[in-house]
Amino acid sequence: MKGKGKMFLYGGIIGLVGAILMKLGNPGNMGICIACFWRDIAGAMGLHRAEVVQYIRPEIIGIIFGAFFISYLTGDFKVRGGSSPILRFVMGFFLMIGALVFLGCPLRMVLRLANGDLNALVGLGGYIGGIFIGTRFLKRGYTLGKSIKQPKVAGFIYPIIGVVLLVFLVIKPAFILFSKEGPGSMGAPIAISLALGAVVGISLQRSRVCTAGGFRDIILIKDTFFLWGLIGIFAFGLVGNLVLNLDTFNLGFADQPIAHTEHLWNFLGMVLVGLCSVLLGGCPIRQTVLASQGDVDAGVTVFGLIMGAAFSHNFGLAASPAGVPPNGKIAVIVGIIFISILAYGVVAETSKAKQKVGLKEAKVNA
Amino acid sequence: MLKEIDARGRSCPEPVIMTMNAIDSGDKKLKIIVDTNVAVENISRFANSRGYKVDVDETNEDFEINLSK
Repeated sequence: MKGKGKMFLYGGIIGLVGAILMKLGNPGNMGICIACFWRDIAGAMGLHRAEVVQYIRPEIIGIIFGAFFISYLTGDFKVRGGSSPILRFVMGFFLMIGALVFLGCPLRMVLRLANGDLNALVGLGGYIGGIFIGTRFLKRGYTLGKSIKQPKVAGFIYPIIGVVLLVFLVIKPAFILFSKEGPGSMGAPIAISLALGAVVGISLQRSRVCTAGGFRDIILIKDTFFLWGLIGIFAFGLVGNLVLNLDTFNLGFADQPIAHTEHLWNFLGMVLVGLCSVLLGGCPIRQTVLASQGDVDAGVTVFGLIMGAAFSHNFGLAASPAGVPPNGKIAVIVGIIFISILAYGVVAETSKAKQKVGLKEAKVNA
Repeated sequence: MLKEIDARGRSCPEPVIMTMNAIDSGDKKLKIIVDTNVAVENISRFANSRGYKVDVDETNEDFEINLSK
C-alpha cells in the first residue's frame, strides 16, 4: 500500500498506542507526549525539582531504540550535523517553554482532542498560526544551512542515552528521582511502555510523520500527504478512547486532565511551538526520531528541549491545571519575539548573500 | 538547459522549497542532488504533483533526482 492510506494507518498506530497507554496507566490524555516525557526525564535527573513530574518515561527509550534499529536496517541511519547547532538548541529550548504553557507537545494536543478536550482545539489554532508565521520566513529564504558528515560514533550517542536511561529506570539509583504523586507517578507497566514506544518509534521513522510537516506542507506546497498521518492519529485515538477509555471521555473545555482553560495562553503557547517546529524542520517527536537515526543537529535540538523543560519548572514558567503563571506568559511573549528576530536575522543575511551573488553574476555577464 | 541544485545537507523542507522555486521560475529540466531518502521521497512526490517525470539515481552516498517536463 502506498501514499495517503499508508500515512493514515501509520498515524493510526500512534493514535491507538496513545489510547492503550492511557488505559494502562499513563496520566490523563497523556498516552504519549514527547514534551511532557522529556520533561519528566529532566526531572528524574534532578535538572528540575518539580516533584510531581519526575519519571524516566520508557516510551522515550522505546522510541529511540525503535527509530535507531529500523533506520539502521533500512539505510536511513546517516550521521550528519553541523547546521546551526546553537540556533537549534535555542529554538528547542523555547519550543519546550511554549509546550509547557499549553501543557503538551503537538502530539499530545491531537491526543487531547481525541478525548474531547476542546482546549486542544484552541492550541491547534495557535499551532497552525505559528506554522504559518514560520513558513513566511521559509519563503523568504530562511535556512539553517548545510549539515555535513560527522564521525559515525556521534550517531550512537542517542541509542547510548537510551541504554543509560533504561539502566537507571531498572536499577533506580538514589540520585534518580521518581515522583511519588502526580502525573510523574502514573505510568503504564514498563515493559509495555517500552514495547509500544518502540512501535511508535518504528512507525514514525518509516512514515516520517511530523505534526508540523502536516500543516506546513498544506500552506507551503498545498500537499495533504502528511496531514493524513495526523488525521490517522486523531481518528484512531478517538475510536481507541471511545472503546478503551469511555469513562474519561469528556467533550468540553472544563475539567480536562492536566490542562487549563486560559484560551489566550493555550493559543500563544502553541504559536511559539508551531513557529519553532517549522524553523527547526520538525516537531519534538520528529526531532526525537531524527536524533535516533544519526541526525546530530536534531540531537542538539532535543538537548534544547530538555534544558527548556528544566528552566520552565525552575523559573516557574510551566502551566498547571490551575493556570499559567505570570512568568510563563512573559516567557511565551519573549519567546515569540526572540525566535522571530533570530529567524529574521537569518533571512536578512541570506538575502544579502544572494544579492552579492547576483552582483557577481551581473559583473561576469557584463 | 539543465539546472542543477545541490540540496545535500539541507534539512526538511528546504530541498522541496529549492525545487519549488526552480519549477516556479520555469525550469523544465532539473537535476537535484540530495543525501537523504526523505528528501528523495518529498521531492519526487512534489514534482509528480507538478507534472514532472521523476528519475532517481543513487550514487555512492547521494541521490540524483532528474526532473523533466
